[in-house]
Amino acid sequence: MAAHVRQDSLPSVTRKRTNGSSEAGDELLLFANTSGGQDSKTCIDEDEDSSDEESSVYSGLEDSGSSEEEEDEVDEGRRDGYGSEDADDNTGDGQEYCESEQVHEVVGDGKLPERDVAADLPVPAENKPAEDEYECDTSDEEDIRNTVGNIPMEWYKEYPHVGYNLQGQHILKPLRTKDELDAFLDKMENPDYWRTVYDKNTDTDIKLTDEQVALIHRLQQGRFGDPNIDPYEPASEFFSSEVMIHPVTNTPAHKRSFIPSLSDKEKVSKLVHAIKMGWIKPRLPRDNTPRYYNLWASENPQAIMGRHGMHVPAPRVPLPGNAESYNPPPEYLLTEEEKLAWDAQEPQERKLNFLPGKFKNLRSVPAYARFVQERFERCLDLYLCPRQRKLRVNVDPEDLIPKLPKPRDLQPFPTVQSMVYKGHTNLVRSISVDPTGQWLVSGSDDHTLRFWEVCSGRCVRVVSVDGVVRSVAWSPNAAVCLVACAVNETVVLINPFLGDWLVCQGTDGLLASYTPPEEAPPQPATWAAADVTDNESGIRLTIRHSKPVKQVTWHGKGDYFAVVVAESGGCQVVVHQVTRRRSQAPFRRNKGLVQAVAFHPLRPCLFVATQRFVRIYNLIKQELTKKLMASCKWLSGLAIHPAGDHVICGSYDRRMTWFDLDLSTRPYKVLKHHRKAVRAVCFHKRYPLFASASDDATAIVCHGMVYSDLLKNPLIVPVKVLKGHQVTRDLGILDVTFHPTQPWLFTAGADTTVRLYS
Amino acid sequence: MGGRPKRKYERGAATAYISRNRARKKLQLSLPDFRRLCILKGIYPHDPSNKKAARKGGQCPQTFYLAKDIRFLLHEPIVNRFREYKVFVRKLRKAYGKAEWGTVDHMRDNKPNYTLEHIVKERYPTFVDAVRDMDDALSMCSLFSTFPRSGRCHVSSVQLCRRLTVEFMHYVIAAHAMRKVFLSIKGIYYQAEIQGQEITWVVPYTFSHNHATDVDYRVMATFNDFYTTLLGFINFRLYQSLNLTYPPKMEVVDNQVGGEVDYALENEELMERLAGLSGDVVRVVAADAGNEEAELDEFPVEGDDEGTEGKKRKEEAQRLQNLQNLFDGLKFFLNREVPREPLAFIIRCFGGLVSWEPTVCIGATFGVSDETVTHQVVDRPMVERTFINRTYVQPQWLFDCVNARMLLPTADYLPGAQLPPHISPFMKEGQGEYEPPEQLRLRALQRGEQMGQPTVEKTMEKEEEEETDGEQVDSEDGRGSDSGHEEMEEEEKEEENKLQEIEEKMQKKRKVRVTAGRVKEQNEERVAAEQALEEKRLALMAMRKKDRHLYSKIMYGRRKKEREANKLAVKRKAYEDTLKAAKKGKKRR
Repeated sequence: MAAHVRQDSLPSVTRKRTNGSSEAGDELLLFANTSGGQDSKTCIDEDEDSSDEESSVYSGLEDSGSSEEEEDEVDEGRRDGYGSEDADDNTGDGQEYCESEQVHEVVGDGKLPERDVAADLPVPAENKPAEDEYECDTSDEEDIRNTVGNIPMEWYKEYPHVGYNLQGQHILKPLRTKDELDAFLDKMENPDYWRTVYDKNTDTDIKLTDEQVALIHRLQQGRFGDPNIDPYEPASEFFSSEVMIHPVTNTPAHKRSFIPSLSDKEKVSKLVHAIKMGWIKPRLPRDNTPRYYNLWASENPQAIMGRHGMHVPAPRVPLPGNAESYNPPPEYLLTEEEKLAWDAQEPQERKLNFLPGKFKNLRSVPAYARFVQERFERCLDLYLCPRQRKLRVNVDPEDLIPKLPKPRDLQPFPTVQSMVYKGHTNLVRSISVDPTGQWLVSGSDDHTLRFWEVCSGRCVRVVSVDGVVRSVAWSPNAAVCLVACAVNETVVLINPFLGDWLVCQGTDGLLASYTPPEEAPPQPATWAAADVTDNESGIRLTIRHSKPVKQVTWHGKGDYFAVVVAESGGCQVVVHQVTRRRSQAPFRRNKGLVQAVAFHPLRPCLFVATQRFVRIYNLIKQELTKKLMASCKWLSGLAIHPAGDHVICGSYDRRMTWFDLDLSTRPYKVLKHHRKAVRAVCFHKRYPLFASASDDATAIVCHGMVYSDLLKNPLIVPVKVLKGHQVTRDLGILDVTFHPTQPWLFTAGADTTVRLYS
Repeated sequence: MGGRPKRKYERGAATAYISRNRARKKLQLSLPDFRRLCILKGIYPHDPSNKKAARKGGQCPQTFYLAKDIRFLLHEPIVNRFREYKVFVRKLRKAYGKAEWGTVDHMRDNKPNYTLEHIVKERYPTFVDAVRDMDDALSMCSLFSTFPRSGRCHVSSVQLCRRLTVEFMHYVIAAHAMRKVFLSIKGIYYQAEIQGQEITWVVPYTFSHNHATDVDYRVMATFNDFYTTLLGFINFRLYQSLNLTYPPKMEVVDNQVGGEVDYALENEELMERLAGLSGDVVRVVAADAGNEEAELDEFPVEGDDEGTEGKKRKEEAQRLQNLQNLFDGLKFFLNREVPREPLAFIIRCFGGLVSWEPTVCIGATFGVSDETVTHQVVDRPMVERTFINRTYVQPQWLFDCVNARMLLPTADYLPGAQLPPHISPFMKEGQGEYEPPEQLRLRALQRGEQMGQPTVEKTMEKEEEEETDGEQVDSEDGRGSDSGHEEMEEEEKEEENKLQEIEEKMQKKRKVRVTAGRVKEQNEERVAAEQALEEKRLALMAMRKKDRHLYSKIMYGRRKKEREANKLAVKRKAYEDTLKAAKKGKKRR
């Protein structure tokens, strides 16, 4: 029964503490049995809850740990008929536990709590009853002067007695008449005050004897209680190194010692099994020093083990330059501004990842603070940085420059500016040279045409017209002397009366020989002869269109000429015949804005350049034969090679495209020589030259040799950049044309001049 | 026709590359393990040629590995070791939790570890491959060997690194393989030539490191694991190639100075003695002087009648031998304040004898007062006790001598003197980069031209300066930087001036005259140059677009380089001007 209670004593303790001391007596009794030590503790220091809890936990643990032994004891106690024996035993345990704490308290207070001292000390002789049955019992010190047992003594506070002696008589409290002052005087005067302790059980002061004091001192010093025990007396060795002739014990050897132990066997077999299964590994011999040998004893360079062709070896760390030296040449040190700039830069943007420094001698060189970091960064680069094989072109840039024939070998071509024709007051839009090459006509925004003698540079004639001259073109037929010029909506035909007088006369005659047909067919333009005043200035015919005329261009024979009318959507191209004064619009509609037209020099074909395409129409069959795709955004002009198989186009997006008509409708070459829009292009009639003029005020002459061998591609070599014009109002050179017989180039610029390069 | 229809992301970059996360999942490894594996196996991310395809249409930037690389990792036995280690750690933690100390001890003893030999062999199938990749290994090991023996990494690894670097240094000494050295502000760079490969490594100055928080020492330790393995095997092979015993042993030297009986523990003393670098290491076969250097045979080269090719090679070999025996017959004594190890290393590499104070390190072979000492390396302003028969130099002299491949005059390097700039030996000649005048002078000196001899000339100049107010120095200095072209022009101008003077004199004499029209002089060179320039410009016009782009890029780079060089030159000029002005000012006062 008691054992059972003990087992679950811990929960019961807590219950007791919650319920308080007013619990039913039955349970209290049980409780007092189980953990007397704990109780005695509570009686000593009542308000210390924390220590109470501690001890309860402790006792509970101890109980559970030593339950077996105690059960045995309980059995013994029952056999003896001593029900309380067990309880006492237990109490004693608890007291012993408490004792150590109490001793400490004594040291602190200088006064012993008498309950414990009384319990531990041998009972003084005068208080001892005569027939003391516990006389020889030292282990269980039951206080036999007062039989109330282990209870809080304040329960007797209100009574005149403190308990009962063995005879059942009251133990009366002694008379206490001392007040505080008396106590103090007592303390001061009584020489035995220090050895007087208060016994709570009997409510008396006890004076300790000298032996008792000595005992306490010994215990405090941690020595044996008995002064006669000598802990250092020489030990007589029971087992010694000397072999005795007699055995230590005479008992015969037990049978067990002859039989292998079963439990050992079990343990060993378990271990063996564990080793077999690999659960336990036998201790490996430890040797941390690595062993090296010839790893590449049989190396096979052909074996690329595990590696593939995609391996990119890590680039090496760049070697240090002069700037990294501890004592660099002075120019490598940074100035103050450079240092500031270096500081302001992001660390990854810096060209040098350190600040160069100069030290007077080696001993003053400090440790480099970022050494570990730089090594670490290298590690990161090695394993984290994505690598890519980049084809590094190790090209000599001179090799990239194409090996072209020297321009000197390609002469003649215009090289120097030899003449400037000044006279116009506004930008010169268009120029043209007569077929003999003696005269030059220029049309300007100042509403005039000027006729110049090429060689002398003299202006021989000025013709005023009523509008801006957009385009002029000298008739290519040497037998007539006629200039067509586009002024506003009209095309004016002028006989300048220059050159051979006979030819000029013949021209007038040719124009006069026109006999109008009986019924005039409907024409896209109206022809009118010039009036008298105009006639004097040389104007012979005017052809009026519905919209302004942009360009005039002659057919090679000199009878037909084509004009471009700035009319979106409608018929933009009109072809006029001078001798019959007839006009016709070959296209009912044109796709896109027509920029320029040109006649094929040999075949009856018309080239019409719109913004992005050049269409070639056969005029006889009246069909589209080809459509050239110029790879540019907006064409500005076109020119046709005298042989008729090659076309160049200039465009406002700086490009010049060369088409080989036999090859493809795509450009054979796109030349991007100019820095600004290309305004005009032209071919030379005799020499393999072509030129382009641009808004950057330069004209570029290129050698463009066309071979009769069809397998040989044309050779295009830029040979000269001609400069001289000034850029005015963002315009440079507006028109360019070659001399018909000489390798000379005329340019008309926005700076009101016409220039000749020869 | 027919067949399976082509689907997106089933070929090309989408399958050739694999993102890091997917690779990790495929290998079933945690990120740290994956990293460690990549480090050990030398796997690195690739930049896919077509990133969009590799991302399979995704948007976020990713790191890509080659799928082949990852497949190759699948069969790596070391992955299993990683897993075992993970299990080990788990078990150990459990044992700790249960306070089973016996089990903990037992497990500790059986801690799984791995060796990296097979990876070394795999990554470097031939020995030369391994040697080529030694740079980083050496630098890392030298760094680790300077780490403190506590804290950052295992003591054993620090000791191992130290051992390996010392072994390697002994090899470099024995093989005379050192070529260049450089004192930088970061550390000391060494360059050795081993098996025809140039190996460069950097060793920090011997100070304690300030360990930064932004460095992951585990990553470095993993690298170091691999590098130590690599270096160990390379060392073995290198020692074998020179018939040296491995692990190295010092030859017994009798003439030890000082009582170093209790210098170190017995097991450490051998290592310390090795690290002293004072003696040779033991050979398997006794060294034979004649056997060491193979004579160069002459091979007739086709189309080379006079044997210039062979001559050149012989000269080259001779020069190399001269370098290798640069300090032959010289005896150096290192003062206490001089960094012992690098200097001892260099001196021994080039055949010199070296010793130091016995209190500095073990292995000193002679004392300060040895009469035969030729040079004493000093790094303090003045020395109390001087010996008359030896030269006192600053440590930079040794480094400069090695880089110049000749013994330089010691006048500039005397103790307390202002040292001439220390030039990097790694700058290649003629790459369009700026070369300081000191370098040019050194080059001239090496070529054997007499224009150099900076010290002698300088002293001469100084004397002259005192007399003639430094006019000659101006002209001297000017000639160094200016090109010959300008000189010519100057001469021409002078001549013109003279002619003009004569003409003027003539004109003064005659008052009535008919002046002949002067032909406009045309500088033919200039005209030709202009013409060539124009031709080039025209040819550039005719370039293809692609070529032109490339050309402009190259030219941009060149111009940039040129600009930088010019900047440095200008700075130098300004510096020299200020120096001169200061000198003049002093003189006036």
